[in-house]
Amino acid sequence: MWELIRANKRNSIILMATMALVLMALGFVIGAAVSGAPEGGILGLLIATGIWLIMMLISYSSGDQIFLAASKAKPVTHDVHPQLFNIVEEMKIAAALPAMPKVYIINDPAPNAFATGRSPETASVAVTAGLLARLNRDELQGVVAHEVSHILHRDILFVTLAGVMLGSIVLLSEIFLRGMFYSSMGSRRRYSSGGKGGGQAQAVMMVVAIVAAILAPIMAYLLYFALSRRREYLADAGAARLTRYPEGLASALEKIANDPSPQLQSANKVTAPMYIANPFKKKGQRALSNLSSTHPPIAERVRILRNMTHGAAFKDYSNAYAAVTHHKSVVPATAMTKEEIALREGQAKEEKQERQQKQMRQVGDIMRKVNQFVFLTCLCGLKLKIPPNFKADKVKCPRCGNPLNIPRK
Amino acid sequence: MWIALGIIGGLILLAVLFVVGVYNALVRLRNQVDNSWSQIDVQLKRRHDLIPNLVETAKGYMTHERGTFEAITKARAAAMGAGNVADAAKAEGALGEALSKFMLVVENYPELKANQNFLALQEELSSTENKISFARQSYNDQVLGFNNKIQMFPSNIVAGMFSFAKRDFFEIEDATQREVPKVSFN
Repeated sequence: MWELIRANKRNSIILMATMALVLMALGFVIGAAVSGAPEGGILGLLIATGIWLIMMLISYSSGDQIFLAASKAKPVTHDVHPQLFNIVEEMKIAAALPAMPKVYIINDPAPNAFATGRSPETASVAVTAGLLARLNRDELQGVVAHEVSHILHRDILFVTLAGVMLGSIVLLSEIFLRGMFYSSMGSRRRYSSGGKGGGQAQAVMMVVAIVAAILAPIMAYLLYFALSRRREYLADAGAARLTRYPEGLASALEKIANDPSPQLQSANKVTAPMYIANPFKKKGQRALSNLSSTHPPIAERVRILRNMTHGAAFKDYSNAYAAVTHHKSVVPATAMTKEEIALREGQAKEEKQERQQKQMRQVGDIMRKVNQFVFLTCLCGLKLKIPPNFKADKVKCPRCGNPLNIPRK
Repeated sequence: MWIALGIIGGLILLAVLFVVGVYNALVRLRNQVDNSWSQIDVQLKRRHDLIPNLVETAKGYMTHERGTFEAITKARAAAMGAGNVADAAKAEGALGEALSKFMLVVENYPELKANQNFLALQEELSSTENKISFARQSYNDQVLGFNNKIQMFPSNIVAGMFSFAKRDFFEIEDATQREVPKVSFN
């Protein structure tokens, strides 16, 4: 376990350093191109570093809060959804995390989940209402175990910081390219102003800068996505190891993949790697090849998990991975200790259509509670759910006409 | 002369740094083991606290199951009064068994199974069972890491110097008990 965490930390640092270099180089080239002198390049470098530093500080201090707010995640307590809360606590115990992660629910019908935070002490786990409505206990446990593995492997800090770095690179290129576009529409004065040789050098620099500004974000994206794909596999392996029951996560992923609901509202390209499954529905299968996808194909992840018939250790995941993909292992060799971990049986019972609907309704009620709806039961037995923007003190029961008082908080 | 002294001094410094590093790692692992053990304890206590509520709620519906209730209450008292670790493990195993029997009987009482209060207690109890087994799982993982560190070269030298002792795994002797006490329901 520790070996894996250490390898992950090392990879994170390498990625950070590479991205920082790309960012600085980009700043230098753009600066030099705009001013036409190396001094301008230094200035550009300083500005790029400044942007990066500010964004880094913000994301380190409150990146998780920004992300949770952007996802419209609402914090919940044990009373709101005891099962979810219990499952998170079970996984916290299994992973021996130093503190209980905060639990959030996102009011969205698309089933998905993510984890965020700076360290295992300050981590948060968020799941969508759609996920709660569709999965049984074992499946939910698998998903939560996957998220807790991200926390345990320190992926949460990596994704936040790498996302910010990527954001800075994209921002810088955008500003430059847009500036270029508008200034070239305005006048061409700047090109002709310098001496002949200087002008030529500047023109060359300009071309280099444009190419760099176009390529740098693409390279950064590809690097980021490649690493996050690897981390998804590792989190799956971690989930199997924590729950001793790979089938739970496999069947959850299958349900998520086959879900007909529209894609998650509050996700974007930079935050996509944080989710358990790619929040963007593919238009046209595999149109964009594997390089540009943030997540490994779900079908493949499911097949790997189902191939783990001998045990739940990293070694078993690695073997299953090799058998399914015919690639070398994703698990670092140092993490494959000799542990033998037996699988266990599932606990949840077979699902019935009826239970499924009931579960759906319960989640609906939970979301209303979180959103401060008031629940009333009329004498005739009818249940009323009153939205928070209903201002009157009384409401008439639509079935028997009995007036009911609405309690105010 | 000075070079030789410098080299010797450097070697001593390295050795001291190594001992300090290994010692700290061992202490960290030992604390993790202790912490995992206390997690098991917390969950066992939680199970003891849940049982009276569960019995109270079920009593109203299950009027003909006096024997089952008595078995649970007795097992709970035995588990709470257990003195040492071995006794506790045995008593907790018996309690788990009594509870799973009780849960089987519950299947015959559809009204009880529809009771909201009972359903909530059921979720708490099954989750507590899960937590106990996950805590045990994590404890055994930590013990494995700690024992490996103590026995393997070169950290075994430092462990010997400061007499770190191996820890025992938390295992249940009876093969039928090896599985999590089954209290599953949905």
